[in-house]
Amino acid sequence: MSGVPRARQPRPKGRGRELTYWLLTRYTALALFVLALAHYTMTHFVYDSSEQTAEWIKQVRWNSLAVRFVDWSMLVIVMLHSSLGMRTVVQDYFKGRAQSIVLGLLYTLTAVLVALGSHVIITLPLK
Amino acid sequence: MARGSTLPAPRRGLRGAIAYRGGEGMLAWAFHRISGIAVSVFLTLHVVSIFMVGANPEFYDYIHLFYASVPGKVAEVLLGAALLYHALNGTRIVVMDLWPALTAYHRQLWRIVWITFFTLGLPGAYIILSRIWETAK
Repeated sequence: MSGVPRARQPRPKGRGRELTYWLLTRYTALALFVLALAHYTMTHFVYDSSEQTAEWIKQVRWNSLAVRFVDWSMLVIVMLHSSLGMRTVVQDYFKGRAQSIVLGLLYTLTAVLVALGSHVIITLPLK
Repeated sequence: MARGSTLPAPRRGLRGAIAYRGGEGMLAWAFHRISGIAVSVFLTLHVVSIFMVGANPEFYDYIHLFYASVPGKVAEVLLGAALLYHALNGTRIVVMDLWPALTAYHRQLWRIVWITFFTLGLPGAYIILSRIWETAK
């Protein structure tokens, strides 16, 4: 059956690491349904996206520890979800050594993005 | 329909990758994958650009001018569409995976996905695109 696309990934058998990843993808999905859609609503409907300059982010959006905490949680959850999803995609289209190399690049990129995002959320001065 | 026995053998290469194998499940899967990859690409650019708010605010403001342009507004709508579809179809997948009995209603769930998509998406697209002629005034 490998190579035949299916509507969704079947639940892995047993209780191993694959099941953990499978469940984690679904639980993070439920959290992102709220977090990501609320984020899009805030940044594209409540405010005009073109008005949100660097200064605006400093003065308004990130002038609150609570908002920064929510945004940082969203960063971690979305990077978990997207890296698990892209892992499935890579496993479908790459085999053998190429797969290990591309997965290595994917995990490196994920770690770099979490580091960059965390860095700006933590170090941007509060007014 | 018995899965496996009735499916044709997978073809290799580009034609194999894009071959339509029928049913709502195949389309739902293809759209879910395309929208997921698209949102992941945006997410990568988005995290890097937000990093610039601290590292280089002038550069952030410069690349951010794109959001005020006409292609920027169209891209915003496309991003919203990918995000909304992925969220709605993802919920359909989670519902069927965590309550397998509901898989029997996958067609109805698929219809609910599209009804919700257009009910929320069309007014949303209108709000974003209407800013094009608001700023042009």
